[in-house]
Amino acid sequence: MNRYPLWKYIVIGIALLFGAVYTMPNFFGESPAVQVSSQRPTVKVDASMLSRVEAALKSGGVPYEAAYLETVGLNVTARVRLADTDTQIRARDAIEAALNTDKSDPTYVVALNLLSRSPRWLAAAGALPMYLGLDLRGGVHFLMQVNTAEALSRRLDAIVGDLRTQLREKDVRHAGIVRSGDRIEIRFRDDEARRKADAVIRDGFSDLALREDPGSGEPMLVATLNPTAVRAVADSALKQNINTLHNRINELGVAEPVIQQQGADRVVVQLPGVQDTARAKDIIGRTATLEARLVDVSAEGQAAVMGSQPVPFGSERFTIGRGAPVVLKKDVIFSGQQLQGAQATFDENQRPAVSIDLNDGAGRHMRKVSRENIKKPMAIVLFEKGRGEVLTVATIQDELGSRFRITGLDSTQVANDLALLLRAGALAAPMEIIEERTIGPSLGKENIDRGVRATLAGFIAIAVFMVLYYRVFGLISVAALTVNLGLLIGLLSLLQATMTLPGIAAVALTLGMAIDANVLINERVREELRRGASAQQAITQGYERAFATILDSNVTTLIAGVFLFMLGSGPIRGFAVVHCLGILTSIFSAVFVSRGIVNLLYGSRRRLTTLSVGQIWTGGAADAKA
Amino acid sequence: MEFFRISRTIPFLRYSRILNAISIISFVIAVGALFGRGLNLSIEFTGGTVMEIAYPQAADLEKIRHAIEGKGWGEFQVQSFGTSRDVLVRLPVRQGLSAGQQAEQVMAVLKAQEAGVELRRVEFVGPAVGAELAHDGTLAMLLVCAGIMTYLAFRFEWKFAVAAILANLHDVVLVVGLFALFQWEFSVPTLAALLAVLGYSVNESVIIFDRVREHFRTMRKASVTEVIDSAITATISRTMITHGSTLAMTLSILVFGGPALHSFALALSIGIALSVFSSIFVAAAIAMYLGVKREDLVKPIKKEDPTQQIVP
Repeated sequence: MNRYPLWKYIVIGIALLFGAVYTMPNFFGESPAVQVSSQRPTVKVDASMLSRVEAALKSGGVPYEAAYLETVGLNVTARVRLADTDTQIRARDAIEAALNTDKSDPTYVVALNLLSRSPRWLAAAGALPMYLGLDLRGGVHFLMQVNTAEALSRRLDAIVGDLRTQLREKDVRHAGIVRSGDRIEIRFRDDEARRKADAVIRDGFSDLALREDPGSGEPMLVATLNPTAVRAVADSALKQNINTLHNRINELGVAEPVIQQQGADRVVVQLPGVQDTARAKDIIGRTATLEARLVDVSAEGQAAVMGSQPVPFGSERFTIGRGAPVVLKKDVIFSGQQLQGAQATFDENQRPAVSIDLNDGAGRHMRKVSRENIKKPMAIVLFEKGRGEVLTVATIQDELGSRFRITGLDSTQVANDLALLLRAGALAAPMEIIEERTIGPSLGKENIDRGVRATLAGFIAIAVFMVLYYRVFGLISVAALTVNLGLLIGLLSLLQATMTLPGIAAVALTLGMAIDANVLINERVREELRRGASAQQAITQGYERAFATILDSNVTTLIAGVFLFMLGSGPIRGFAVVHCLGILTSIFSAVFVSRGIVNLLYGSRRRLTTLSVGQIWTGGAADAKA
Repeated sequence: MEFFRISRTIPFLRYSRILNAISIISFVIAVGALFGRGLNLSIEFTGGTVMEIAYPQAADLEKIRHAIEGKGWGEFQVQSFGTSRDVLVRLPVRQGLSAGQQAEQVMAVLKAQEAGVELRRVEFVGPAVGAELAHDGTLAMLLVCAGIMTYLAFRFEWKFAVAAILANLHDVVLVVGLFALFQWEFSVPTLAALLAVLGYSVNESVIIFDRVREHFRTMRKASVTEVIDSAITATISRTMITHGSTLAMTLSILVFGGPALHSFALALSIGIALSVFSSIFVAAAIAMYLGVKREDLVKPIKKEDPTQQIVP
């Protein structure tokens, strides 16, 4: 008797339910939508904003299916689902007009998007459709190499300046500090000075590894960044670049951008749906510029602030943030490229401050300008998209050099924001696009169609053959294969794997290979029958004996899949994931599920004499028996 | 329906010498083609720019070539892609010009010739990325071989491990050789297909070896050749049906999958077809030449363990 205990049927039932629920969202497709997110950290998207959106749609006479808030990570976005792409454009325009009153300076990003049409209860159960890769939905892909060597070199330059200041402050005389490559050489006139310097540096510069250089014949210290510091510099450069990229891409209004670190020094940027590569590259590659200028304190300048007189020659009018106007001279004291670092710190009175590092040239100029303008205000302006915005206005208290502080800030939050803005003005390290891919939206659709058609055609061919050749057992095999497909897609959806064209090919290939297990079982059952085993015995023996072989033959395939996953990247990784998962689901469905069906059909029949497993040719053996 | 009505053992190994000679000759040709002509590597490996352009009607490749020649960018390729209306242009890496700029310039010239052209896809890969991919691919191949050999040596015996891996490398080399010979494009998905073939065709050998071990146990009086022949005969039906099913799938990808999956499906189809041949004639023959004996597989005085009894 071939019967499964109840719990095994329950396990199969749960697996089937799981597969069905998680596969379902993929079949509902997507409907056009408009997504609204905030451009500025100070402006939040909330219920009142949502009602403004709905009001705008109603007054514009744009019908919509649903409007709701959705939280992704820390970002809240408002989403409006629409019937078709025409209304989508109309809705976008209506919302855009209502929310962004100032066209040149939008507060919200209004982007076109696609939303899954699956019912809310599925989404609530965590059942979401698979994320489609760029080759299936169209868009642009960039792989950028961050030049961390440049970031390191900037950091070393800054350290050279710090060393000079520190040694001067501590009254240690040196005979020159130079940077050569990734090492800093500090020369001294005598060993006494070197010893003192050694102590000062060890005390104040934990990032440096110091050693003496006896070969050079003169007292000298060689400082290099220690490995942890090198990693930290590279890491922070990468993080800052990613941050800057995030800010810039937000402006593009891309619905679901992917900005990820890949390896030690690379960043992947994927912008689904974006077709205009030139604009995307322009924005990604743009360097916002930062300039420090003096405030025009002349009577004409002050009058221009009030708006009563025209702005005097040689000055320009700006606003601080989005508020008070200020008139600045056109001469630039230093610019963003000369800025080497900006950190939020505290001043002597423990009030929030931002410390700024300039390179040597800018430091010299700063000293000259500040000496001449003590007690006068200086402003820092951020230029983006050709529009300047004053970040801060501070009074010069003293003669300043390459390292100085902006003090008197209201809170640590303000200090942090200012430091971030100063840093974000430029990328921490230059980036270079080393891989670029643009896939048109029609090509993406075609790719999906082709992939699905190929899979279905192969599936049908196999199904027809199996049913003709193995009859009922063939039908059971096809059922198991269908379960396999469902489980695989359900699992991939649950993991929110990114589906790519090679991924679809992997699904097809997995199905083609998975049938092997059922062929093994069916052949084995036939063989047992040929040997004269009873029907029930043939089922038991067939499944039991085939199982070890199935396991064995899948291990080798799994080995290949695992290495492919470890060494592959991008679409290949997707292929490997599908391949490995497919092997696991196919063992489950081919052995466990198909046995369950066989047991249900034949297991409890006492007088079972024949199995429908196709014609069994016994040839000579049958003659011998007869 | 029963396709394989076999009543007596087929003497596969009798033909093994001729077939092995064919194997060796084709192997030499494949290696020759590989070194002589080299692989037509996709830009993922070499670095460069690829543009996919769609024309409203059949495109005149000569005119396109002529237009791009005017740029003086060095070696480039123009070929039709899938249909006569789709054109694939490959451009070399050009200092000082980004892929986008190259693409824009090309499109500007082509638009002047024919207003309806549409740029469907641009892909640019820097030379460093390509070198890395080639390195990772080779490493993956070696690791897969090592992993499979270790598993087989542990599961069976070193002679089988060596035989299986040689047989399957033979498949891989032949596929790569064909790609070199016909200058089919070798892309990253092709590499993935090769690794999949490696994993897949080893399991073919595993199934035959499982049977060989079983028949060594049951056929006490038979010679080694007879045992191997009978093992192959017993598994041939399953081998053909399984491979037929998998081939149906890969051929379906080849036919319906479009140009993007073409080389992937091609590599898989050839690899799977070859793996039938190699696991029967190459793997088993090498195992025989290496001198497998009954004692290698059937450990004396060991109670029959049900998990050890493996049959297809």
